[in-house]
Amino acid sequence: MELYSRRRLTNWLIIGLSVAATAFGLLWLVLVLSTLLINGIGAISLSLFTQMTPPPGSSGGLLNAIAGSLVMTVIATLIGTPTGILAGTFLAEYARGSRLGEAVRFVNDILLSAPSIIIGLFVYEVMVVRMGHFSAWAGAVALAIITIPVIVRTTEDMLRLVPSALREAAAALGAPKWKVVVMVTYRAAAQGMMTGVLLAVARISGETAPLLFTALNNQFWSSDLNGPMANLPVVIFQFAMSPYVDWQVLAWGGALLITASILVLNITARLLTAWSSFKQ
Amino acid sequence: MTAPTARPFSTPYSSERTNDEGAPPRQARPPVSAPTLTPLVQRAPAADETTTPAATPAVKVDIRNINFFYGTAQALHDISLPLHERRVTAFIGPSGCGKSTLLRILNRIYELYPGQTATGEVYLDGSNILTPGLDVNRLRAKIGMVFQKPTPFPMSIYDNIAFGIGLYEKLPKSELDDRVESAVRRAALWDEVKDKLRDSGLSLSGGQQQRLCIARAIAVEPEVLLLDEPASALDPISTQRIEELIAELKTDYCIAIVTHNMQQAARSSDYTAFLYLGELVEFDETERIFTHPQERRTEDYITGRFG
Repeated sequence: MELYSRRRLTNWLIIGLSVAATAFGLLWLVLVLSTLLINGIGAISLSLFTQMTPPPGSSGGLLNAIAGSLVMTVIATLIGTPTGILAGTFLAEYARGSRLGEAVRFVNDILLSAPSIIIGLFVYEVMVVRMGHFSAWAGAVALAIITIPVIVRTTEDMLRLVPSALREAAAALGAPKWKVVVMVTYRAAAQGMMTGVLLAVARISGETAPLLFTALNNQFWSSDLNGPMANLPVVIFQFAMSPYVDWQVLAWGGALLITASILVLNITARLLTAWSSFKQ
Repeated sequence: MTAPTARPFSTPYSSERTNDEGAPPRQARPPVSAPTLTPLVQRAPAADETTTPAATPAVKVDIRNINFFYGTAQALHDISLPLHERRVTAFIGPSGCGKSTLLRILNRIYELYPGQTATGEVYLDGSNILTPGLDVNRLRAKIGMVFQKPTPFPMSIYDNIAFGIGLYEKLPKSELDDRVESAVRRAALWDEVKDKLRDSGLSLSGGQQQRLCIARAIAVEPEVLLLDEPASALDPISTQRIEELIAELKTDYCIAIVTHNMQQAARSSDYTAFLYLGELVEFDETERIFTHPQERRTEDYITGRFG
């Protein structure tokens, strides 16, 4: 009995410590999100979505920044998704156990954890300096470089989860390898791969550093991909640092907007995963 | 000594099976086991079995001197045996004896994995399928395979079947529909799925999924069917349906089946090969293997003394 109550005590103690640690971690998240909500909710209005970024002292919105972010994110996704999926397919289906595969995987993991400011500097050197000016293209390429390792990794992981029995079954019918991959393996892993793309998009939608060196910013509406383009993260960065109150309010609004869209992306990704496991 | 121990396995043959409602009719077995046939070879008989009297159906697949290696570990040692046209040949033996490995050589599916190598010859209608440079995809279209676990593709029931057909034939829609239907019918699945061909193949039960896989395999009209423990993941009723299906299919195909289940081998096969530690211990007509095995190891295994 002595032993039993001692174990009970230890058990409660450990549970208590775990709960406390979790609460400590969540506390900051709650603080950050509530501050964001309190300060940002007041900035959300129709004009936020319909007017351009204003000069200090006058009213305005974030339309050009929202549009610029969307344009660059879409282009980055269009570049990053096929590249990432093809590379992930190579690793999972064609380079298993090979030296080359090991090397590619290793480099990809390094790229995955590379600071985004380094990627921004790289694109600045390769594109901005050569073109002689900042541009939306450079911004999109920088963002694409950030998405690629994320998509490579999730694609490979998801394809590896597909049981080899399924590949054998397709091959046993006489299907050539590329057909097995495209028609059977991709289908089996589709939801997981989609989730990876969504997470990559979520990741780049808040990136500031790479855009600072590439797309820079633009006070005005611009549809010229060869010129600098406004985008939410850099606008937030610039406005939040400014001494003007109306700029600061817009920065809060933009921050809330980004956070909300990332939340939506993450929830969609989770729903996709849940749906795919439900379907199995 | 031989007789009493072998007895339990001769009974399911005669009396026990007839009590079993819905069992495959015994008379489905062709009269190959007449005692006049096949002078019994003492050891594992090799390919010269092909020269046996006319009543034995032709040899469809002739396995000769097969050795198999996982990396450097040898898993099969000098295996030789024939698979007959329109007959079922069972591969039995304890786990790890190489029976699945042997099956996986016959459609060269082992080549999906680097480091696995086979030496020797396997003749399909007289030509060696292990020839390097042979189009393995076309070979696999000729030699169908069904695996231990049901492996429906993540697509509709219809598309599961149409997938294999579409690989080598471009058919108009109506013809494709017919082919799908006849394959599903042959696999004894039609009544259960005819109203939901557009549903996912994953929505079927385990036994139905396995019959879907058999339908998928026969839809491409192969010449040989390889069954790798097709019923081991299924309940007894599904197992029985699969066995009935095997009895049905052997009127057209040369079938090789790997099984752990001794009764299943006795019930469904015409020939049985007993493998042990990567060697072919004995190959003969199933009836003989289960009543008068020539080898002590065979007898010990089928009477449950090891394995």
